[in-house]
Formats: sequence, structure tokens, C-alpha cells
Amino acid sequence: MLHLILFLFFGLICVAGAINLLAQSHPINSALSLIVVMASLAALYLLLGAEFVAAVQVIVYAGAIMVLFVITIMLLNAGAEERTRGSRIATLIGVPGVVAGGTLVAWTLLRRPDRPAFAIGALKGGPSDIARLLFHDYLLPFEVTSVLILIAIMGAVVLASRPEAVARGPRKDGE
Amino acid sequence: MVPLSCYLVLSGILFVCGVLGFLIKRNIITIFMSIELMLNGVNLSFVAFAAQWHALSGQVFVFFVMVVAAAEAAVGLAIIIAVYRTRETLNVDRVNLLKL
Repeated sequence: MLHLILFLFFGLICVAGAINLLAQSHPINSALSLIVVMASLAALYLLLGAEFVAAVQVIVYAGAIMVLFVITIMLLNAGAEERTRGSRIATLIGVPGVVAGGTLVAWTLLRRPDRPAFAIGALKGGPSDIARLLFHDYLLPFEVTSVLILIAIMGAVVLASRPEAVARGPRKDGE
Repeated sequence: MVPLSCYLVLSGILFVCGVLGFLIKRNIITIFMSIELMLNGVNLSFVAFAAQWHALSGQVFVFFVMVVAAAEAAVGLAIIIAVYRTRETLNVDRVNLLKL
């Protein structure tokens, strides 16, 4: 019962944040409601017993990625979005299509309610078990992700730096 | 006690909100945030299935999805800054030509 109440509470916050993200026209408001969604998702992960994922969700998503988003919004001084003809057509086609798709998915999932329900913290295994899995079974993908992050950092630096700064090369002392 | 399908429906709702935002929003940063919302919905279904089948691999895959999302956010926001520098706009309808 407690699980259901907590699930409904955080799930409703989550959905409200997601709908607010769509309803707001200013990107900074959308970013803040996305942070609400991610924080309540972290609470849901805790309910499922995935402490490691909840911690990483708060640190990486609600921390690092959203800081990146907010900094970009402030750097570019993004104002309220303007409506154009294309967005109206997308609304006309997109909303019914998405509602139909969502109804189909929900109907498919709820059609067979005979799945066993699980209690709070159903997932066994703490961070040490995940670390054992990560560094034994998934060692190669883990190392590949470190290379991926390195490439992403270099790509971000090259893309975001000014073109003349790239052409001039590294700055020397005394210039 | 909450059945698996409730978590999956919530994850589906989040994914659908992300798709909807991707379709109707015109600000390139908000479109990018909708993609993050879709990734979050998928992560929730990963963790719910991991709890259902008592498989820790689901959490490892969530970790990988987060890594890819972080890399994607870094590169994507850098691309947005580069686009804004040349076009002076964030509206995707005005960024419709490859050539300036």
C-alpha cells in the first residue's frame, strides 16, 4: 500500500513535470521542469531498490547534464520560442498520432494484469554487485564508453570554440 | 505492491511526452531536452524490468545509457552553440539549409 501511494505521488510529479516541459514556451522553464522529472525518477529508482542508479541519476542527469543545458540557455540568451507554420502542422499531426500510440502501448501493457506485483526495494544487489558485473562481464563496453567520453569531450571543445581560434592554433605566452 | 505494468505505463507516458515535445517544439534546446526525456523513460523501463526478473544487468545498461546521454548532451550543445553563432537563431524552422 505504501509502495502504491509513493509510486502514485512521484509518478504524478513526474508526469506533471513532463507536461509542464511541453507547455512552457521559455526554455529555462522547460529545463527546470526536466530537473523535476529527473529528481522524481530518482525517487522511483529508490522505490525499486536501485540505489546506485538513483545516485547516478541525480549526479549525472540532474547535476551534470542539466547544468550543461542551463549554461547553454544562459550563454545563448534564449528567449521565448516563436510559433511558425510548421509547428502548427506538427501539432495537428503529432498530437493525435502520439495519443493513439500511447493508448496502444498502455492497452498492450495493461491487457494482461496477471504479472506479480513487487514490493519496495524488490531489486537485490548493491553497488558492489554492480561493480563486479561492470568490471567482469561488461569490462570491454565499459572501456569503450571511456573512449567515447574522451571523443565527445574533444568534439565538444572543437565544435564550440571559435573558428579563428582553431585556425590560429594554441596561444603562446607573451602574445 | 505495484505491478510491473504500472511502471511500464509511466515510462511509456514519459517517452510519449518526449516524442510529442520533439514534434511540436520549435526551440532547438527544448527539442534536445525532449530527447533526454525519452531516454529517461527508457531508463525507467530498464530498471523496472531488472526488478521484475532480478537481473542486475538492467542497471548496468542504464549506466551505459546515461554515459551515452552525457556524451550526446556535450556534443549536441556544442553543435547548438556553433549553429547559433552562424545563424543567430534557435528556431529549427530557420535552420533549414545546409549552406549559409
